[in-house]
Amino acid sequence: MGVARYIKDEKGAITEVVYQSGMKIKPGYGPQDLADAGFSYETDLGEPGEFPFTRSLHPQGYRSRAWTTRQYTGFGTPEQTNERFKLMIANGQNGLNVAFDLPTQMGYDSDHPLAEGEVGRVGMAVDSLKDFLTAFDGIPLDRIGSGLTINAVASIMMAMYQALGETKGFDKTKISCTPQNDILKEMIGRGAWIFPVEHGVRLVGDSIEYAVKELPRSNPVSICGYHIRESGATPAQEIAYAFEIAKAYIDTVVQRGIDPSDFVGRFSFNFNVYGNLWEQVAKFRAARKIWAQMLKEDYGVTDKKKLFLRGLFGGGGSGLTKEQPENNIMRGAFYALGAALSGAQTTALCSFDEAYTIPTPRSALLSLKTLELLMDEVGLRDTVDPLAGSYFIETLTLEMADKIREEMGWVKEMGGIVSGISEGMIQKKVSQQAYEFEKGLQSGEYKKVGKTPGKEDEGTDVELHQYNEKWAKSSKDSLAEVKRTRHEKAVADTLRALEKAAKSKDNVMPHLVACCKAFATVGEMADVFRQTFGEWQEPGFY
Amino acid sequence: METVNKIRVLVAKPGLDGHDKGAKIVALALRDAGMEVIYSGLHQTLDQIMSTAVQESVDVIGLSIMSGAHLPICEKLTAMIKEQGLDNVHLVVGGVIPNQDVQVLRKMGVAAVFPGGTSFDTIVSGINGLFQ
Repeated sequence: MGVARYIKDEKGAITEVVYQSGMKIKPGYGPQDLADAGFSYETDLGEPGEFPFTRSLHPQGYRSRAWTTRQYTGFGTPEQTNERFKLMIANGQNGLNVAFDLPTQMGYDSDHPLAEGEVGRVGMAVDSLKDFLTAFDGIPLDRIGSGLTINAVASIMMAMYQALGETKGFDKTKISCTPQNDILKEMIGRGAWIFPVEHGVRLVGDSIEYAVKELPRSNPVSICGYHIRESGATPAQEIAYAFEIAKAYIDTVVQRGIDPSDFVGRFSFNFNVYGNLWEQVAKFRAARKIWAQMLKEDYGVTDKKKLFLRGLFGGGGSGLTKEQPENNIMRGAFYALGAALSGAQTTALCSFDEAYTIPTPRSALLSLKTLELLMDEVGLRDTVDPLAGSYFIETLTLEMADKIREEMGWVKEMGGIVSGISEGMIQKKVSQQAYEFEKGLQSGEYKKVGKTPGKEDEGTDVELHQYNEKWAKSSKDSLAEVKRTRHEKAVADTLRALEKAAKSKDNVMPHLVACCKAFATVGEMADVFRQTFGEWQEPGFY
Repeated sequence: METVNKIRVLVAKPGLDGHDKGAKIVALALRDAGMEVIYSGLHQTLDQIMSTAVQESVDVIGLSIMSGAHLPICEKLTAMIKEQGLDNVHLVVGGVIPNQDVQVLRKMGVAAVFPGGTSFDTIVSGINGLFQ
């Protein structure tokens, strides 16, 4: 049943339960379990809002502030994306989470041969600053923060956001963007990587260093256990690999002579809510604790707020089924409940039709309203960390912390996450697990309601978001217009300066901002990096 | 000796989409079912896929497409297969494929379509069935 392993006797009673991260679950829990685990309120939990933040980042949890909702949005042309942004904001959303199309994510302009058929399909097409100016038209950039779901060329998009803000009259110190910018996770799952590992990590380093100095309200990296989990990792591995990735980024910035305390407070995370409810709650509580302890012990960070594990806990894509898609509405609600019981600071939900395609306005609003309903109707804002003290949850949280540390130990033995990814060890492990899990799902060992082992989906008619070929033409026309009207010498000069910086150890960010302001295109900037850094050759996975 | 009759399959990820879990687990399943599997890696152009298919003399090209671009991609690849006279190479497609597109793909010349959620057994027997 579900994602855990359940052994049943001949009468159908459950005799054994094993969660994905490996914890064996007992039929009941009591005070002795906490005593056996050596549970201490002071060291394992602490007061809400106090180190190690197992219970909450804030003393009163959602009483002082409900979660921020950021549905992943963007498709077609910048005009359409702008319309959808405004729809979501008008319906109570308080942050944006921008989806880019694949050519943009991979650093190709809309007129590139490899972009054919993909322009505006899974997100908005961005070729130049002109597109950002349109997409964010009328959005108060000093009040609404934006997550930018882009990685290989996140540095370019962060620069573009600054150029956007400054062109619209918002000072760079007033705007807030969170580019995903986690290239190492792209190499484990999701696959939108371009440059070899060391150059990818250098660009992450450049953008963190730049944000520390120039963009005080922006969060330069959002480390995504999310996609690692979607690729087949257990919840414990999701957290462990994300933290090891975070350490790799911290180390690369520390090597530049910057104190961790100056920037770790600006890291954010993106974690998945898909899976067994209790395991998720234990995961988030354990993760907050381990992150704070690690920063304090390994990096000497002492300022309380810089020890916060901040981020978006949401999504849940792997849990959705194509079969009986309406069931995904309920799944989303329960995933969101898990996130709320875990004290998620920011959240978003996959919409029920996302097993097919990107959401319609109706399904996107359903997700948003689900999140609102939990806060305003169900009672999740009443009291902080409501499951604290449960014999079961506290035992499980301790066990989960052990599992996470075990996985981190495995990565360390391998020589760290960068070498584990370069050699394909992590990818091999999660792919094999994904395969085993899928086999279990097909044999009926695991269960998703609406899926019958051995029976193929007959398909259900749902209203779907439709792709329109005209968007590509509109993007190409707009790009041609930009190329016709911009100052070519300024473009060439800024691109040349960018190339010089890329070849040296200089930070590329100020040069990217200059390129963006000169209306150099994403493809032109990415090409400079391609020519300078080359492209990654992924290792085999079996 | 043992590989003489093994079906050779190129599991390929065309285009820019990097969601490769499906491609990878199907590759593992086909391998466990006794097929010879070559995995293309990500971000392949159709030219790259064709040249790997020729070099490795595969019997089947299996595309995994999640981005929604399956129609334009398959239209081109079926034309390329025809153009190069690879009459013995079967094209099969999996991924996020809406029901209404399955017949369109079949008419285009795609030998079999395996939308997300298709069982390994169905995929294996579907591919084996192309050679009976």
